[in-house]
Amino acid sequence: MKAPPLSYVRAATLSEAFQLWRDAGPDARLLAGGQSLLATLAFRLSDPGTLVDIVRLHELRGISQVGGTTIRVGALATHAELGRHDLIRRHLPLIAEAVPLIAHAAVRNRGTIGGSLAFADPAAELPACCVALDAMIVARNAADERRIPAAQFFTGLYATALRPYELIAAVEFPIAKPGERTAVLELARRSGDYAMAGVAAKTRLAGATLIEPQLVFFGVGDRPVVAERAMATISGQQALPATIAAAQAALAADLDPPADRHGSGRTKRHFARVLLARALARLAGLDEARAA
Amino acid sequence: MNEIADPGSIDRPNSYIGKSVPRPNVKKLVEGRGQYVDDIVLPRMVHVALVRSSLAHARITGIDGADALDVPGVLAVFTGGDLAAHCAPWVGVLAHLKGMKSAPQRPLPIDRATWVGEALAAVVAETRAIAEDGAARVRVSYETLPAAVDMGTALEAGTAIIHPELGDNLCFERVNETGNVEQAFAAAHKVVEATFHTARHTGVTLEPRSILADYNRASGKLTVYHSTQAPHMMQGVFAKHLGLPEGDVRVICADVGGSYGIKVHVYPDEVAVAAIAKIMGRPVKFIADRLESFSSDIHARDHRIKGRMAVDANGRITAIDIDDLTGIGPYSVYPRTSAVEGNQVVSLVGGPYDFANYHAKTAVVFQNKTPTSQYRAVGHPIATAITEGLVDLAAEAVGLDPVEFRRRNLMADGTYPRTSAAGLKFEGLSHIASLDKLLAMMDYAALRSEQERLRGEGIHRGIGLAAFIELTNPSPFMYGIGGARISAQDGCTVRIDPDGSVVAATGVTEQGQGTEAIMRQIVAEGVGVPIEQVRVVTGDTLTTPYGGGTWACRGTGIGGEAALQSAIAVKGAVLAIAGAMLQAQPETLDLTNGEIVERGTGRARMPLAELARIVYFRGDTLPADLPRELIQTRHFITKQYPFAFTNGIQASYLELDVETGLVKLLKHWCVEDCGRVINPLLVDEQVRGGIVQGIGAALYEECPYSSDGQVLVGSMADYLVPMAAEMPDIEVGHVETPTRESLLGAKGAGEAGTAGAPAAIMNAINDALRPLRAKVLAQPFTPERILAALGKV
Ligand SMILES: Cc1cc2nc3c(=O)[nH]c(=O)nc-3n(C[C@H](O)[C@H](O)[C@H](O)COP(=O)(O)OP(=O)(O)OC[C@H]3O[C@@H](n4cnc5c(N)ncnc54)[C@H](O)[C@@H]3O)c2cc1C
Repeated sequence: MKAPPLSYVRAATLSEAFQLWRDAGPDARLLAGGQSLLATLAFRLSDPGTLVDIVRLHELRGISQVGGTTIRVGALATHAELGRHDLIRRHLPLIAEAVPLIAHAAVRNRGTIGGSLAFADPAAELPACCVALDAMIVARNAADERRIPAAQFFTGLYATALRPYELIAAVEFPIAKPGERTAVLELARRSGDYAMAGVAAKTRLAGATLIEPQLVFFGVGDRPVVAERAMATISGQQALPATIAAAQAALAADLDPPADRHGSGRTKRHFARVLLARALARLAGLDEARAA
Repeated sequence: MNEIADPGSIDRPNSYIGKSVPRPNVKKLVEGRGQYVDDIVLPRMVHVALVRSSLAHARITGIDGADALDVPGVLAVFTGGDLAAHCAPWVGVLAHLKGMKSAPQRPLPIDRATWVGEALAAVVAETRAIAEDGAARVRVSYETLPAAVDMGTALEAGTAIIHPELGDNLCFERVNETGNVEQAFAAAHKVVEATFHTARHTGVTLEPRSILADYNRASGKLTVYHSTQAPHMMQGVFAKHLGLPEGDVRVICADVGGSYGIKVHVYPDEVAVAAIAKIMGRPVKFIADRLESFSSDIHARDHRIKGRMAVDANGRITAIDIDDLTGIGPYSVYPRTSAVEGNQVVSLVGGPYDFANYHAKTAVVFQNKTPTSQYRAVGHPIATAITEGLVDLAAEAVGLDPVEFRRRNLMADGTYPRTSAAGLKFEGLSHIASLDKLLAMMDYAALRSEQERLRGEGIHRGIGLAAFIELTNPSPFMYGIGGARISAQDGCTVRIDPDGSVVAATGVTEQGQGTEAIMRQIVAEGVGVPIEQVRVVTGDTLTTPYGGGTWACRGTGIGGEAALQSAIAVKGAVLAIAGAMLQAQPETLDLTNGEIVERGTGRARMPLAELARIVYFRGDTLPADLPRELIQTRHFITKQYPFAFTNGIQASYLELDVETGLVKLLKHWCVEDCGRVINPLLVDEQVRGGIVQGIGAALYEECPYSSDGQVLVGSMADYLVPMAAEMPDIEVGHVETPTRESLLGAKGAGEAGTAGAPAAIMNAINDALRPLRAKVLAQPFTPERILAALGKV
């Protein structure tokens, strides 16, 4: 189908963007990489009237280190930039590992982190990674800036805590602490597809003991799902078979995946259990031990 | 020149047959200079968007287009009633399929919607986007009717009868029987049985269905630019149903971006476009978008098949019995019908094997889903999956390796001509030679030991084989005898122009597979000129000989022979003229590399261009009674065999993740025998492309429906096609058993890959699953289905 009739305006500065957005009214949509928005328009699933193009806003660009503890990623950073940026590879290996799992090169060259978080597809990688890494979403409107913890940012299916006329300016990630290990794993039928199920995981290791483990699943709920009970089961434990099995069992209460075209909720929960075991093997270095 | 050099020994000039000559149109296509229907823009052209049914079965109580007409740029809204007077309905039946029935179908239905996605109204506007704005404002009022969705209950009392005048939902039924199956089963050493499912899916063409119809009131002529495989057939269809003399309709089909059988059918929405063009007297364009393609392109392969096989104590098959059920949508598709797929299944099952007792039944039923019809390898992948699935079960039951079991049961080489248990006539096949070649290519013994070793490490790999036969070069027994105006004959006109260049116009068509390259090779060799001197014209009913087009693997086998014969005829005409000019016996001369030469010595006597110059401009210098026809047309049709069967065998090697049910394809092999190979590169790529489509069926592709008849795929995000990253290396080998029906000796090669791949993959998955006592028989083999078989979900 062809998109519905639309107006298109391009903002040169952030303040102009807010002005244009207000002028166009609350139905207008920001256009970043267009990789999700244009598809919804082509299906005539939305009729925003006006698109406000924000890709030229230098205020939303750049990847930089802020102080000794934070990496700030501008909302317009593309998936491809994230994947190759030195700071990301060094300090946020989880994000670097997630990037190749997102779509295909052409989509990664245009799609942005701001767009991915704002679109809030429950099967997307970056929202789950942001939650696992305790990222802060920097939200701005014409007047103010506020920081929303990633865990509170995703409020439902394709829904976020953003308010009217508020956009994502940047994402701030705490730099990985020494001894921190991360892993992102997903199951997809074809490379580049949205995952049938996936997990973004993080822990610190004291010897073989898992400290403050984080397990955030994607593709199994209406938003990134933090597996609280499974995390509690393994916290302070070693990744031994009995512990892993207990954590897998705990997922029964953590997850209630809706059925989708890949399978029933039961199947998706099974995928999550497999991913959990594989992620813990990665975090605890068990797979390396096996390969050696 | 009445022989073709053995492909192995070609080093003469112009011997292109058997060589991987590049395709002449490739550069144009990769440079974006192809001309697809959507590239054609005509003065006063308007666009159509269709309002499609949102219900599986409903009475249409009203269609209100008033709001649509208010949209600036919307010119007209047409309903079924508006078109009824301008277009005669059709019924998709073939007389030779005994007892077959279907209901009259119109370009747009008048009072009833019978599947989700059926076009109900057409909005005509200045642009497609405006037409869509208008379509969104057309209000259709429905009265919901009970829908027949599940083919399993289509014939049960209590299920809605879609066309009450037909009495029931049965479109066609056929039993194919030889010998005494019951006796064979009673006497069997072992009997295996299983129920297989193949999934309803579709052929996703890169270029969607496209049509631009232009009716010129001044001349009374209709010109249709159409993305189709069969321009002459469509010429007849438009003429008949729009009430025009056939000669007043011209169908032009320039570049076509893939077809796979999807574009060989009569689509009601496309006929509606032609009718609207005639009513409005302007060019009308319709390009299907992906969303509507999934519910309006034909679907295929929706079958449930119960099968059983009887085996004796020596591991010889004694009988096969199958019961096939297929759901085809509310109408049988015109004019090829939707019964051919089921009909092929009952003919093709057991095809590669030597056994005596056969019973096969198909029931083809109506349902409220998108109509199904012929899609690449019609019926073959279904028949092959049943046969090869049963073969592996039988091998296991008698404790034989699948290779040994096949070796004992495949029809032996050198026993042809012969007739199969299902009644198919085979001129010459090479199952055993193909099997031997395949085993050598894949190093079967080494793979088996690798598989065994890895099993010890908890890695589950599987090896699956699938022998197949493929129906190619169809005669009028396919459609013509059933009353369809579908030509089994094809023709080619070859002419020499004054500069010595050659133009070949053929009735077979190019859809991206390289038909034009093949024709060019054949004509260049047949005439004796460098290949660069040959241009090929296809896809225009006004300028090419009447023919069937390209489908069912007939382009090379039928069209190629016509091209070869007309090329040879032109060469004969050239040599007769040369003889007169050079005062030599024509038999002592030859034409090679664009030169008249002395046969034997190869001494150059005269360039072809010089001969052509004299013929065209100085005919006064030639003997008055000398014929000077530098243009020749020949036709070809197969006469001895209804079809030229090919054969082959495939193997798949894969790894199964038993925790996730995901399948990783490691390698695929195919040996096939398409008779003489004209262009090895193109044949190999046909085989590879076909295998990839078969892999799609096995692992990914499906058009699922909800219980109330809503199709649950609408985009390439839901409908998974096979993609490059997941495809294994595919090794292709050939055995060549040329058909003796033609000088060229070529049979078809376009469907072999698709025919065998799903069965090879199914068998490989089940081979990996065997130690775990699980098996899967329902395509596509999704992770969830594999996990369910393993008892994990
Ligand atoms: C074929 C294909 C496969 C894909 N596969 C995956 C996948 O596997 N995993 C995955 O995660 N994604 C996938 N995507 C989506 C892709 O990652 C998108 O790029 C991303 O979801 C949206 O980013 P964008 O910059 O393109 O946003 P756009 O499409 O421009 O916008 C998306 C939405 O976000 C809003 N928006 C954009 N930027 C901002 C901002 N700074 N502040 C507030 N709102 C904003 C827009 O208004 C719009 O509503 C796929 C896309 C395609 C086309």
